[in-house]
Amino acid sequence: MSLTAKDKAFVKAFWGKISSKADAIGQESLARMLVVYPQTKIYFPDWTDYSLGSPQVKKHGKTVMTAITDAVGKMDDLIGGMSALSDIHATKFRIDPVNFKILSHNILVTLAVNFPADFTAEVHVAVDKFLAALSAALADKYR
Amino acid sequence: MVVWTEFERATIQDIFSKMNYDVVGPQALARCLIVYPWTQRYFGNFGNLYNAAAIMGNPMVAAHGKVVLHGLDRAVKNMDNIKATYAELSVLHSEKLHVDPDNFRLLADCLTVVVAGQLGSSFTPEVQAAFQKFIAVVISALGRQYH
Repeated sequence: MSLTAKDKAFVKAFWGKISSKADAIGQESLARMLVVYPQTKIYFPDWTDYSLGSPQVKKHGKTVMTAITDAVGKMDDLIGGMSALSDIHATKFRIDPVNFKILSHNILVTLAVNFPADFTAEVHVAVDKFLAALSAALADKYR
Repeated sequence: MVVWTEFERATIQDIFSKMNYDVVGPQALARCLIVYPWTQRYFGNFGNLYNAAAIMGNPMVAAHGKVVLHGLDRAVKNMDNIKATYAELSVLHSEKLHVDPDNFRLLADCLTVVVAGQLGSSFTPEVQAAFQKFIAVVISALGRQYH
């Protein structure tokens, strides 16, 4: 399900609207994931606080969202663009790729909560496809 | 046996008592047909589904969205017996409608997004967890009679 020119245009335009809130979106998406899918906490065993207000969640949410925003500019070659990140996810973090889908879902929910008017069905399908393609690129080096 | 906490029960009753089924149902179904276009396979006789605007404005989609959401109401009213409540509907979806049960999850995800958009910040992570647990139980019940 490759990204069409229309998909890329929708993603870029929408990201332009949300970029000022990107860090908060990352934070909220991560917090939602940790609450709604508690098994994901296993990847953060030394954290002391998994709630929305946690400084650890805030910092990591920002890290993840910054990388995703960066990927918006690399949509023409996500596999190449994500290569280094794919390496460390494969060899160091070893996050089961099913969790990329879980985080993606929570990003979509966070976007719907915070941008109800802008997150139309057309934007939704484009962003969903982008996050799926990004997840595949992130898993590319796994085996 | 599904065990519901007091918070989960109250949250589900609260969400659905305030929900406008006739708005949320059509929006959720339309979104599903747009975001996961292969789900259009079940609606061959619905006329114009050529693009997002056509789907959002299609009266048959809207009517069916209402049917689906009012069907969900049965689970809201029978939270302690969702499995039995949906036995007949499960047979219908399997034997007559031939719906791939994975598609229940796709519609559920779109419903979650629509509800999130409606509730805004009151759709907290804890509320989202309760809502998704409820939906997961419904999906399981609907898939139960497939063989």
